[in-house]
Amino acid sequence: MMKKEVAKNTYSLPRSSVLSVRTFKKNWELLLLAMPAIIYFIVFCYAPMGGAVIAFKYYNYIDGIFGSRWVGFDNFKYFFLSNDAWRITRNTLLYNAAFICLDTIVGVALALLLYEVKSRKCIKYYQTTMILPHFLSWVIIGYISYALLNPSYGLLNQVIGAFGGEGIDWYATQGAWPFILVIFQIWQCIGLKTIMFYASVMGIDQSLFEAAKIDGANKWQQIKYITLPHLVSIITILTILAIGGIFRGDFGLFYQIPRDVGLLYPVTDVIDTYIYRGMKNGDIGVTSAVGLFQSFVGMVLVLLTNAVVKKINPDHALF
Amino acid sequence: MEKRFSVSKILLNGFFILFSLCFLLPFLLVVSVSFSSEASIEAVGYTLLPSEFSLEGYLYVFQNPQQIIDAYIVTAFTAFFGTLCALVVMSMVAYSLSRRDFAYRGGLTLFIFITMIFSGGLVPSYIINTQYLGLGNNILIYILPGLASAWHIVILRTFFQDLPMELVESAKLDGAREITILSRIIIPLSKPVLATVGLLILLGRWNDWNTSLIYITNQKLYTLQYLLQRILREVEFIQAMAKEMPTGISAAQIAGDLPTESMRFALAIVAAGPMLVVFPFFQKYFVSGLTVGAVKG
Repeated sequence: MMKKEVAKNTYSLPRSSVLSVRTFKKNWELLLLAMPAIIYFIVFCYAPMGGAVIAFKYYNYIDGIFGSRWVGFDNFKYFFLSNDAWRITRNTLLYNAAFICLDTIVGVALALLLYEVKSRKCIKYYQTTMILPHFLSWVIIGYISYALLNPSYGLLNQVIGAFGGEGIDWYATQGAWPFILVIFQIWQCIGLKTIMFYASVMGIDQSLFEAAKIDGANKWQQIKYITLPHLVSIITILTILAIGGIFRGDFGLFYQIPRDVGLLYPVTDVIDTYIYRGMKNGDIGVTSAVGLFQSFVGMVLVLLTNAVVKKINPDHALF
Repeated sequence: MEKRFSVSKILLNGFFILFSLCFLLPFLLVVSVSFSSEASIEAVGYTLLPSEFSLEGYLYVFQNPQQIIDAYIVTAFTAFFGTLCALVVMSMVAYSLSRRDFAYRGGLTLFIFITMIFSGGLVPSYIINTQYLGLGNNILIYILPGLASAWHIVILRTFFQDLPMELVESAKLDGAREITILSRIIIPLSKPVLATVGLLILLGRWNDWNTSLIYITNQKLYTLQYLLQRILREVEFIQAMAKEMPTGISAAQIAGDLPTESMRFALAIVAAGPMLVVFPFFQKYFVSGLTVGAVKG
């Protein structure tokens, strides 16, 4: 803290306008260092934000973004009146809500269990195996799911067959997919989540547990009154971030695992896969409207969640 | 007391051993299929151990390896070169942002923060990249749009901020330029955070398939993961790999003759294997990257 104060005093300049020539002369070197990134953000982030006006236009390739005809909210109307709007919004929201809850619950539970394992070697081994899927692309996880679910060769149907059951054509059974997708999502990310929570539990002052033990607290009471309260901060931060992304379906998961099978769209289609398919078919106007809707709602949700958290406990707010 | 303790210990470790099998067995399955003979797959399906050991999948892969070599070169080049470029661009801006005396700090922070919570979406980006920047079917599409990310800049900036300011100060007194301070003082002190961010970017790029899916039609520019996806999905792709087949044989016959199943999985091993062996060694960097990222910006 001291260090920073000293630095601040030596460096703070006499107040002059940010836009003055004098300020520029003092700062041009640092500004130059920031320049590549500034140009990057203008070209690859701000230009597409401006380009999002095509959501209000009837896009054609010859006239480009600026030349195309304005159509007001027609693209939005078309989307919200279609059957797709409800289906993809519901799927995206429900899947993400399930992911947020289950990832947190399973992650915390595994972290608490892992904390009870005292052998360093075992912990290392369990952590490394759990985190393996994190290093795989969704394409490879697609291979794995295919090897398990393939109707004629897949391992799952062989197991069912071994118990005398009838093999199931998984890629034609809608009812199974909510479970399949949730399982693969957890399988992919739970290692990292667990390690993160575990690291947080490890950071708790050991003397708290010792004092609790002397006072006669059992394992469950220690978890309830020491460990879980300590985890609230990291859980809140992760949840704010996740709620901000609740309108964003993980494209890899929803594209690679169900293999883009049309029959499964009612239960596997999310906003991101819908936008990709629409764009491929040339529905530029409607898909950009959906993208803008997604982005806007996402932003509102982040700001809202953060504001609510800030009101309850400013320490847990993200910004 | 002693006995109860050991029972719970056995239960706990038993649970974790079973749990880790859930992560290991799927890999074993893929490896096993790649080493199975086509006939045995036809007969009994995919098995956890090959019911008839065979290298035919791998033989076909290595007989006509041009596509895989191309994809390896494209992926390795874009992953390593792209990561390096991104680290340079981001450490420069992060250094400026880390300096409390930088007059444009507040404005620039807001400028970058906005990109964190709002985006124009996939479609406008696609139109701008292809129509206005000419990045469609261009290898630069793998590098340029990934040059910077607000999250990674925040991680770097937070680390730079905590370095002792006196170093910068004394260098300035000696008349050093900012670029010199960055490259000679800040960068050498920041190796851990650069390794963390670098590995995060590298992993993302190595596993990239959506960029090819959206922007690339030229087969020579496919990334490994995208090549794999096409091989898993499309039989024609496997046929294209068997160019040496005599002409006059129908596509269906070629497909029938090829060890398509084991070959697909052999390819997956050839493509994903090396990195899967390498990355876990850097596990601690990924974990630290996560915890740094979870700290408030």
